[in-house]
Amino acid sequence: MTDDLRYVYAVCRPLDAPLHADLTGVGGAPPRQLAHDGLVAVVGPVPERDFGREQLHARLEDLDWLAATARAHQSVVAALATVTCPLPLRLGTVFRDDSGVRAMLQDESDRLRRILDRIDGQVEWGVKVWLGAESAAEAAAPQPSGAPESGRDYLRRRRAGNAAREQSAARAEAFARQLHEDLSRYAADARLHPPQSGPLTDAGSGRNVLNSAYLVPRARSEEFLELVGRAEGTLPGLQVEVTGPWAAYSFTDDPEAS
Amino acid sequence: MTTASRMPSSSLGAPQGGANLADILERVLDKGIVIAGDIKINLLDIELLTIKLRLVVASVERAKEMGIDWWEDDPALSSGARRTELARENEELRRRVEELEQGTRVDGGALGPGTGEERGKKADRRGERERDG
Repeated sequence: MTDDLRYVYAVCRPLDAPLHADLTGVGGAPPRQLAHDGLVAVVGPVPERDFGREQLHARLEDLDWLAATARAHQSVVAALATVTCPLPLRLGTVFRDDSGVRAMLQDESDRLRRILDRIDGQVEWGVKVWLGAESAAEAAAPQPSGAPESGRDYLRRRRAGNAAREQSAARAEAFARQLHEDLSRYAADARLHPPQSGPLTDAGSGRNVLNSAYLVPRARSEEFLELVGRAEGTLPGLQVEVTGPWAAYSFTDDPEAS
Repeated sequence: MTTASRMPSSSLGAPQGGANLADILERVLDKGIVIAGDIKINLLDIELLTIKLRLVVASVERAKEMGIDWWEDDPALSSGARRTELARENEELRRRVEELEQGTRVDGGALGPGTGEERGKKADRRGERERDG
């Protein structure tokens, strides 16, 4: 076991209670706390055969392995988030041994403390707005059924279809901007992420017009969710999706850097 | 979380258990604090990886989608049009992969300080030092 590397999930302030005994992380190994000078790194042993430098690069190409590792990483961070406000590390932060982790806590101490201060007492909520592929355009301009009667009819229908789609896209974007503004005012901090696209998103969920994250005091989460809930259903064809509460993944940049 | 249970399950996305893989990957691969570990993944490699994943999985998924023609009535959005769109997107992604691969070769591809190689060597030295001491 001494050959194992150390995978670091998160850094947090000292915990009042031990980690749940049943909790497992990457590779099925239980994480533990490694304290140094008022900070705690939550670490787990991982085998060199998966996480050595060359091996890791090969492993990352394996979608199933990557998905399992990402879920394991998130499950440890999520468990921590129920008892504290952890600062999550990016997937695959690995050290050779405990002293390497301690050295990191020492070297990065100031930055880690600044971010931990910012996220103290806060959780992250993700909000996405989807413009339904068909429903929005249909709601704006019902398509006549049957084949077009002529070339002119075809062009007219095509123009009408395009105009309806553009209109609903413009309305969706205005809605998303307004929602983001409203939620940002309520939240302690907010981040806009690039819209999600591609195969990993739900098939048929339409076009992602807003993908954002909000840092919200845990105690005010309920009000925040009510605010989101009120926005839902105000425009036909638009779906508002909330995910969370997450650990503050999106708010780990250094407050002093900007 | 009591707050969570108030939301309809469809919009909650069940973050703790069966959370959407896209949401999880977005956060653990792309967010979270970057700290230079002893075994460091090059950030550029991650970007390359997510693009590659999109390419591989996209072709499978899109092929499936093509069996279901959403806009059968609309010639402007026929599967032919989308096939062109898919080809264009794949072309663009391939070009990006090439760019990134070239970047990796030319300048080591490091976004942060030092290249993966340098970090690796430094890490090895540190590891040795600590084993000696």
